[in-house]
Amino acid sequence: MADRTDAPFRTIVLDHTLPLDSGRTLAGVEVAYETYGELAEDRSNAILIFHALTGDQFVAGTHPQTGKPGWWERMVGPGRPIDTNRYHVICANVIGSCMGSTGPASAGEDGAPFAMQFPVITIRDMVRAQVALLDALGIQQLHAVVGGSMGGMQALSFAANWPERTARVLAIATTARHSAQNIAFHEVGRQAIMADPAWNGGDYYNGAAPDKGLAVARMAAHITYLSEAGLTEKFGRRLQDRDAKSFGFDADFQVESYLRYQGLSFTDRFDANSYLYITRAMDYFDLAEEAGGLLADAFAGAGDTRFCLVSFDTDWLYTTADMREIVHALNAVAAPVSFVELSAPYGHDSFLLDVPALDRVVEGFIG
Amino acid sequence: MNGSPALSRRPDLAKIADHVPRGARVLDVGCGEGDLMAVLQSEKDCDARGMEIDAEAVAKAVSRGLSVVQGDADRDLADYPDAAFDVAILSQTLQTAQRPEWLLDQLLRIGERAFVSFPNFAYWRMRASLMVNGRMPVTRHLPVSWYETPNIHHLTVDDFREFLRAKDVGVENCWFFANGREIGGRRANWRAEHAVFQLRR
Repeated sequence: MADRTDAPFRTIVLDHTLPLDSGRTLAGVEVAYETYGELAEDRSNAILIFHALTGDQFVAGTHPQTGKPGWWERMVGPGRPIDTNRYHVICANVIGSCMGSTGPASAGEDGAPFAMQFPVITIRDMVRAQVALLDALGIQQLHAVVGGSMGGMQALSFAANWPERTARVLAIATTARHSAQNIAFHEVGRQAIMADPAWNGGDYYNGAAPDKGLAVARMAAHITYLSEAGLTEKFGRRLQDRDAKSFGFDADFQVESYLRYQGLSFTDRFDANSYLYITRAMDYFDLAEEAGGLLADAFAGAGDTRFCLVSFDTDWLYTTADMREIVHALNAVAAPVSFVELSAPYGHDSFLLDVPALDRVVEGFIG
Repeated sequence: MNGSPALSRRPDLAKIADHVPRGARVLDVGCGEGDLMAVLQSEKDCDARGMEIDAEAVAKAVSRGLSVVQGDADRDLADYPDAAFDVAILSQTLQTAQRPEWLLDQLLRIGERAFVSFPNFAYWRMRASLMVNGRMPVTRHLPVSWYETPNIHHLTVDDFREFLRAKDVGVENCWFFANGREIGGRRANWRAEHAVFQLRR
């Protein structure tokens, strides 16, 4: 176990080989992470936050690469709902990603990037790496695990597989199982990346990256993160920097221009192969299947863990109905569970945006 | 218990709180912001869970550290396992239920014991108001006009007793209230503004 202070990211190298759900293993795994707030002497005040698909460990503070505020700056910090004056917040980059944790761009045994030789990973594999990080940090029990979207999947996976290691589980805008529709959208993104000639079977680290494919993948995904009402309110059919349609295929509409910007800016900070691997991990996610078919069985050991689940009424990616299934399963094992569907206009992305009711729920639940 | 400030304006809740056994597993159906749950947890060491249809009330309850699930009692009580609770509570909600009979069955399936409170439509002021004015009464306990009231199944104390007899549900206890104070059970159908029944399956 060594802190690599020379690395651009603060990382820890796991001293054991990480077993994976696929049956393969990963040796010398690096986990990049950030912490905020002081760890109490009895180590009882740690909160582990899981990031979403395209997020990273910089949950608060200034992101060293983009110079922008952390992705949940409004939720995590001194005096914020997850108050770093009271809690020691840990956020790690998932394995498979590209912000310092071992992923397809990392060097394999032969010193060259893994690329598509990287093993296919699952949500549980990601959590396994995070549990190994907790072990390395000497933190046995957490005050809470918290996550939205893919982060929520990790929070649920943590509760199902390591229930004794957290007192609370807060899962926002997430699901216990990726649906056919969820998988379908991800497949569109992956095919866009693989159709980019620069992708080159994943072997592009010495040349141009498949930015066009990755940008299209991000554009398609971004639509699923918003709501129709949100898009209409923000853009309607308004034209971008012009008074009339061009009768061509420039970005006439503001919404087109917005999506192109979202796609392009994403390629600056994300690795296309990581996008393939992480979306695959989400597609494979099915907590009930892992437990033998019954979701309640997944939570059999979590009867004493406090849960709070939050959905948004305009989220059509991970719906209130999805989250109610989790509530039913938790009721079946008599776990103390809270659930609320909050009203917000922004669709799935509501968990990242200004929804004061979410702040109150989070603050109250974390305690 | 009656001295609890949160329950001071709800003598029916204070009465229920008094009679819930210490340490019981409790489901409060239609728990609002969780006033009763909070008292049961802090003063009687109960494991209290709530169900509430209004998202804002749920958010408030969760922010108080209570375990409340947003849901519609008319539908979602079916999701709870048999005998999951010692006590199921339905306060001032029976008259809003789509299917009161189904709801009562669910309460006594989920809980070993149930507390049910409701406004008595046969209260003499109600009768007088309807008699004199010829219009649907609007009172402290039924404060909303007929066209926007959530109450769709008005009932009386005698109706409820008859309902329980027909369903063969045992009454362990009952209490009656008028003008915010407990009154005796004599001629309750006429004198009580609202009622609390303690039932057992």
